[in-house]
Amino acid sequence: MTEMPDLPWTTSEGPVFKAPWEAAAFAMTVRLHEEKHFTWPEWADHLAAEIADARQRGEPDLGDTYYEHWLNALEKIVVAKGLASHDELGQLKQDWIHSTLATPHGQPIELKRSSRA
Amino acid sequence: MRVKALETLLSEKGLVDSSAIDTVIELYETKIGPRNGAAVVARAWSDPDYKARLLENGTKAIAELGFEGVQGEDMMVVENTDSVHNVVVCTLCSCYPWPTLGLPPVWYKSAPYRSKVVRDPRGVLSEFGVELPDSVEIRVWDSNAELRYLVLPNRPAGTDDLSEAELAELVTRDSMIGTALVAAPAS
Repeated sequence: MTEMPDLPWTTSEGPVFKAPWEAAAFAMTVRLHEEKHFTWPEWADHLAAEIADARQRGEPDLGDTYYEHWLNALEKIVVAKGLASHDELGQLKQDWIHSTLATPHGQPIELKRSSRA
Repeated sequence: MRVKALETLLSEKGLVDSSAIDTVIELYETKIGPRNGAAVVARAWSDPDYKARLLENGTKAIAELGFEGVQGEDMMVVENTDSVHNVVVCTLCSCYPWPTLGLPPVWYKSAPYRSKVVRDPRGVLSEFGVELPDSVEIRVWDSNAELRYLVLPNRPAGTDDLSEAELAELVTRDSMIGTALVAAPAS
């Protein structure tokens, strides 16, 4: 392969996902689509909008932040389709953060829920 | 945390379950990838009738080999010849034929590739190390959520004696996106 100084591409195969959260975000989207909670064009519109926003913000968007766009799009389509509410998601994120902080290093994290049963 | 929160919420609501999530991940990490597309290309090189079916109705011909599913519902196969070279992009996001190529490489999803390949395909190809004569027309295909493209690369010279399986070995992912040519086997 010749050198390509100014562009981030490489022809090596590399791992499909860089981190487990990327794989989980990807797989949840595929499952929700398979269960017909949204069509693929609807999904592509959400993802393209996130990518366009990143561009607007002037981010270099070299492909390495792709699953961050993906996750933003997934949260939005889940709320837009009424599968979960913005508040529910926000509360659970808080609960996960608190549970993580409350768990000693090396122990499996047990989710402790606030407010709701 | 954000992914955990989503996963917890969706599974509590019965919308996704974790074993199904694991199955999907395993599928894309181990079973779905460019080897599938390489099998399609090798079949087309070996069997003129199959090639005709493939160019006529890509989705159906690819399904004959058992490759179908999300992002493979509507496939169009574009053939490279001595006078035409095809390159695929998705300018808006990352539409890509998963059943035949797996998930896209990082550069395919990058803004520089998505914008530059449309403006200056010859320049991008040259950065990939592909130099084509001026007489070759370069066609850029913009994938979308409804239609995805697979490039049928030129069969390299000196491969008349190779079996279909040996031919498939020569076919790389990038040659089916159009950012590489298939090299003749080292003799």
